Amino acid sequence: MSMTGLTHALPAERETFAPAVGGDVPDYFALLKPRVMVLVIFTALVGMVVSPHGHVSPVIGAISLLMIAIGAGASGCLNMWWDADIDAVMTRTAKRPIPDGRIRPNEALAFGLFLSVASTLVLGLAANWLAAGLLAFTIVFYAVIYSMWLKRATAQNIVIGGAAGALPPVIGQAVVTGSVGIESLVLFAIIFIWTPPHFWALALVKAGEYAKAGIPMMPNVAGPDSTRRQIVWYTVLLAPLGLAPVVLGFGGLLYAVIGVLGGLGMLAFSVQVLRNREGEAEKRAAMGMFGFSILYLFLLFAALLAEQSLGLFRPLVA
Amino acid sequence: MDHKVEGPKVEYRPLTPEEEARRRKRSVAIALALGAMVLLFFVLTIAKLGPQIMSRPL
Repeated sequence: MSMTGLTHALPAERETFAPAVGGDVPDYFALLKPRVMVLVIFTALVGMVVSPHGHVSPVIGAISLLMIAIGAGASGCLNMWWDADIDAVMTRTAKRPIPDGRIRPNEALAFGLFLSVASTLVLGLAANWLAAGLLAFTIVFYAVIYSMWLKRATAQNIVIGGAAGALPPVIGQAVVTGSVGIESLVLFAIIFIWTPPHFWALALVKAGEYAKAGIPMMPNVAGPDSTRRQIVWYTVLLAPLGLAPVVLGFGGLLYAVIGVLGGLGMLAFSVQVLRNREGEAEKRAAMGMFGFSILYLFLLFAALLAEQSLGLFRPLVA
Repeated sequence: MDHKVEGPKVEYRPLTPEEEARRRKRSVAIALALGAMVLLFFVLTIAKLGPQIMSRPL
């Protein structure tokens, strides 16, 4: 008998394993949710340009934007690591690198953690520690509070979790000014209130998928009709809120025109969602709302960017 | 006294040419990322401290 007793537990026969090769380079890139990264760069840049009393060198600004994007990508990577089980059962996400077996979960976890820490530290060194702290908070909020807790626990998941997606303009302003001002807080509020009608429109169409994965999205918990009513209420709140930059003086004529027309468009699409409750018309209305909401938010932010950086700003409020 | 514990004998099969190529591409990407990081820190240092960083009294 062995002195340790361990040799009995270990198999002595030879086993052949596939070597750990790792995924393709594009698979690692896909873990960072590149489309979300583009959106984050865009909204953080707008947060930078609307700051009235700040200045940052273009090099520091560009490095900061890159770090904000990498931090957002890292939180997306951690989200994919945690959600690999539910991603595997939904057709929209089944082909992601982890559920598809192209990247091992532990590899994604290490990749996400490294990028989270590195992006936060470099942002702190490049810009300031308020911006770095906000980025760290965003990553933790999305990866831990939203992904690990809210997403599977409550129908308010994307309402509260929307804060993570709304923070990039605030980080952008912190980079430029070293503080948080009313401008970026208003942009935060716009994205925050925009998130529920945007995601619930998609959830109405994908309710079956979410039910299969056991995620308590609003249509599965409160029912489609309640969700439609809530989409309208949030849109009623969003349309005037979208005009707050004009009232506060950092959105000009171009922004006002887009804000009014876009807000009316959002209201019209939400009413369509409320009215069309059956069959193909229901799906068409919900996907119309989903698509238009992306265009609406993009145009609002693009208008601010154009006004501030191309000299198109024509103030309506003194 | 020798307390050697016999572990399982693990054998890895050789990589296929496709896996070799994939591993090489990943290694190149890691090398490029490291190079980019070095460049980033260099540019950041110059941008933060200015070009006068090297002209200082000994």
